[in-house]
Formats: sequence, C-alpha cells, structure tokens
Amino acid sequence: MDKMLNIALPKGRLGEKVYAMFEAAGFECPSIKENNRKLIFENPEKGVRYFWVKPSDVAIYVERGAADLGVAGKDILLEYRPEVYELLDLNIGKCRMAVAAKSDFRDNPNRTLKVATKFTNIALNHYTSLGRDIDIIHLNGSIEIAPILGLSDVIVDIVETGTTLKENKLEVIDTIVPISARLIANKTGFKFKNEMIQAVMNGLAAQTEESK
Amino acid sequence: MNLYQNVLRSDEKAAFGLRELYRSYGYLPFKMSKFEEYDLYVRNKDFLVSDNVITFTDTNGRLMALKPDVTLSIIKNGKDLPGTVEKVYYNENVYRISKGTRAYKEIMQAGLECIGEVDDYQILEVLTLAAKSLEQISDESLLDLSHLGIVSEVLENAGLSDEGKKEILNLLGEKNLHGAMEICKNEGVCEASARAIKTLITTYGTPEEVFPALKEIGISEEPIAQLEALVGAMKSNGIDSVRIDFSVINDMRYYNGIVFRGFVKGIPTGILSGGQYDKMMKKLSRKSHAIGFAVYLDLLERLEDTKEYDVDTVLLYDETDTPEEIAAAVKALSAQGSVTAHRNKPNLKYKKLVTVKEAKNLG
Repeated sequence: MDKMLNIALPKGRLGEKVYAMFEAAGFECPSIKENNRKLIFENPEKGVRYFWVKPSDVAIYVERGAADLGVAGKDILLEYRPEVYELLDLNIGKCRMAVAAKSDFRDNPNRTLKVATKFTNIALNHYTSLGRDIDIIHLNGSIEIAPILGLSDVIVDIVETGTTLKENKLEVIDTIVPISARLIANKTGFKFKNEMIQAVMNGLAAQTEESK
Repeated sequence: MNLYQNVLRSDEKAAFGLRELYRSYGYLPFKMSKFEEYDLYVRNKDFLVSDNVITFTDTNGRLMALKPDVTLSIIKNGKDLPGTVEKVYYNENVYRISKGTRAYKEIMQAGLECIGEVDDYQILEVLTLAAKSLEQISDESLLDLSHLGIVSEVLENAGLSDEGKKEILNLLGEKNLHGAMEICKNEGVCEASARAIKTLITTYGTPEEVFPALKEIGISEEPIAQLEALVGAMKSNGIDSVRIDFSVINDMRYYNGIVFRGFVKGIPTGILSGGQYDKMMKKLSRKSHAIGFAVYLDLLERLEDTKEYDVDTVLLYDETDTPEEIAAAVKALSAQGSVTAHRNKPNLKYKKLVTVKEAKNLG
C-alpha cells in the first residue's frame, strides 16, 4: 500500500469514456494515451495510478484492495454483491437489465419458467420477489439463442438498444432494473486516502450533474 | 515477550498483546467449550455473520454445533446481577464459511464483552480498548463510530415504508447517495428528511468535521451529545483515530446505540466490529445491557512480510567432521541467528553458507 491512488478502469469503450471523466476532473495521466500494450499507467505528480482490467473483474480488484477506486456496471454489483462503497452514479454506459422472450411467447404460470442468463443471482432475486418458480440455465454468452432453440422460455440479460434482440426475433417483456456505470471504492482505501477520493468524487460529480 | 519477536506470527503477536491489554483493564478470561447446542444458533440465525454452521450429533443424540460465534455463548452462559457489570475477554477459534472459497474455515477471534449496568463510562472504556486494540495491530488505524439512535430517528422522521427503511439502511452501508435519493423521491420523503439522509450518507471524517453538519439535521440532541461526549473523552485520553461514519450499520434487530468498526492500513476489510447489543440480550431473556467487540485475527496474516531468507546460516559437514565438532559449530553460529546443519546443500534460502572447518576457524 502506498500513497498513490489506485484506480481500476474497465477495459473497452466504456473505460475510455470513464478515463476522460477522470481527466476532466483533474486527474490526468498522459501516458495512458500512448498506443501500447501496457496495462498500468502512473502519474506521480497527481498521485494516481490507473490500470485496465476486464470490466467484470473491477469489483474484485476494489473489494480486495488492489484498487482503491474503480468503475463497474451496476449489473456486476447486483450480481456479485461485493463489499464496497458505491459512491457515484456516473450516468454513462446506460442500459437495463431486462427479461426477453420470443415475440409469440405466452407465460404459463403453472409451469416452472426456464430462464437462461449470465446473471444468475439477479434473475433468481427477481423471480423470488415475484414468487415464481424458475429453473436457471447459466450461460456465458450468446444468451439470445436459448429461447430460439427451446433451451429456455425467457432470458435475463442486458439490453442497450435492443437491436440484437430484434435481429433474433426476441422482445423485452419486463425491465428488472436500469443499469449504469458506478464509481466504487474499497472500504479501507476510502478511509486512508479519503481526501484524495473526495477530490476525485467532487470532480466526477460535477460532470454527472452537467450530463443530467 | 520481545524474546519471541522472531518466532511469532503477526496474528499470534496480536493475540498475546490483546490479552495483555484486556487483562490490564480488569477483564477476565472467558473459556468456553468448543461445542454449543445447535438450537442456540438456529434461534438467532441473523445475529451470525454467516448462517452455515458445522453440526454433529453428540453421543446422547443432541444436535451440537462447532461454534460460529462467541458472543451468543457468553450471553447465554451469564447471569443477570443487578447493579454490576461483568467484563470478560476471549481468544477463541470460530468456524465459518469463507466468502471466497465457500468452504468452512477456522478463524481466530479475540474480543471482549461488557455486560450489566453499562453506563457511559463503560462504553467509553470499551471504545478505548477497541482503539487500543487497533493501535497494537498497526501504526495506522482508524475506528469508525456510528450511533444507531441517530440513524433510526432520521429514518423514522422520514416516514418511510418498512421496505424503504430497509433499503435505505443498506444503501447507507454502501454510501450510495444516488440510490437513497431515488427511494426518497419515490416515497415522497420531504426535503428536510431527504437532506438529513444525505448528511448521514455523505459525512465522513473527524468528529470536528462531522458534528457541525450533524447538528443541522434536526433530530433530538441526546444521541448526538452522547456521541460527542464519548469522542471528546477519548480524545482527551490521547486517542484521535476516531472517525464518524454512519455507514457502520450493524443489524438493528440486535444492536442499538453506539456501533463501531475498526480498519488498519493494508487490510481491505474491517478487522474489528462491535457495538451495543441490548436488543440481542432481550431476545435471549437477559435484562442487562451489553457492549462488546471482536477482532478478526485471521485477517492479520495479510500484514505478514514475506521473509527474504528461510534461515541465516547453513552449516555443511562431511564425513571427516565428528558429531561433536558439528554440535560445537552449531552452538557457535547460533549466537548470530538461526543455523541449520546438513551434509548436502539443502533447498533453502540462506544468508551465508559455511563448512564446519570454516566455522572452526571463525570461532
């Protein structure tokens, strides 16, 4: 543990947007824009160290203290329930967690509903709250084909524009929860590097206010 | 004690140090049996950190459990003696599921309980011991303090539904302001109450920073004054690692009043947790008040440095050296640190390698 503030960013398009927000907040790190395969970037002057990790891993880095701050989708936070502080809704990477099915799907409440999803816990919680018996089919990708092949009745997945669903003749039948990128903090890091984290938070909050 | 500095692991060092600390404040050791009737835990499942308990059937057919928690046993086995306080400490292993591996783990826990006529002095003493426990473990530690009386009054004033209250409480634990404000909006909470909730979520820091904001939220003065007096008394006793943080939310069904959590630099989660648990006492038909805390010593291994060397000196001997000569060489070298004697070079990291003949010349 050192004085530097460690920040885990999600690799990909969202991560670049997020970095731009950190930069605008006054915590830039110019070396990050060099086109190379490095994963860790430092700006000792500002006291920040950024690193790119797989988006679904950000919460793990933060929960276990390898990163003090991180940016993760609400979907990941709901699914894994990491022990972290959720400090800000960054209002970017917006989409929703939804239930989708074939356009001609009609629910039969007398039958156990077969649900295919990557987000087992979110799906379970949703249907438990409705008192509905379900059979969870955990898939790691291409969830959309499950109902088409009769593997499941419905799917629970992230829907951004709905194009993929439409192309596969599926439609949203229920929205579970809206999703966006959140700023999360490690509990110990938040306390021992509080001043700097507050400064980052204020810088980012000013931008989310504008974008509202 | 210092004799064993090189031998003890950081959790063992802490365990001995804490025992000495608690003993010096007149706390008595509490020794309990390894097992407890399972029934005790079933009835108080939510009080436990994890509700999985290792059970087995005793020879007389009773269902027993390897204890997942110490506090319940102490409450159960104590007696109410009006007008007195019972002060005990413990250093016990408990058995819980570890979050990462989903397998049972043995966890060493130290802690203390103060049960009986708990007044403000007793609370102060327990808080002081909590802060001192953290100081023993690390040079950089913080004790986060909250008052559930303040939290519950703010939630009560907001006129939230039961479901809403529960959610806001969880969001408070996550410092999730945007989530809490959304619930306030949905439930039509008035602006003043929403502001009070916002204050609870966003204020964190030294008492001097937090109290001015806290006095603005329009709740009864009593709990704030109690908190302020406690923090003031700690400070004048040389403890300034206290921070006010309302995200410390122990289960309100068991806890009331002062609750706290301790953090040390280098360990990503809290390593000390405690509070007043009068409601738990009532559930177990005890009339007394109580406050206590536990330190999770298993987390301390993360502070352990990796050792550069396994041993200071490796002593090599061959067939020409007699056992007597080797023993003499070991004795001479051991004055400078650890020494291990081998015929062939061992697979160890060492500072220096000497033969018996070289050692003899050195001596």
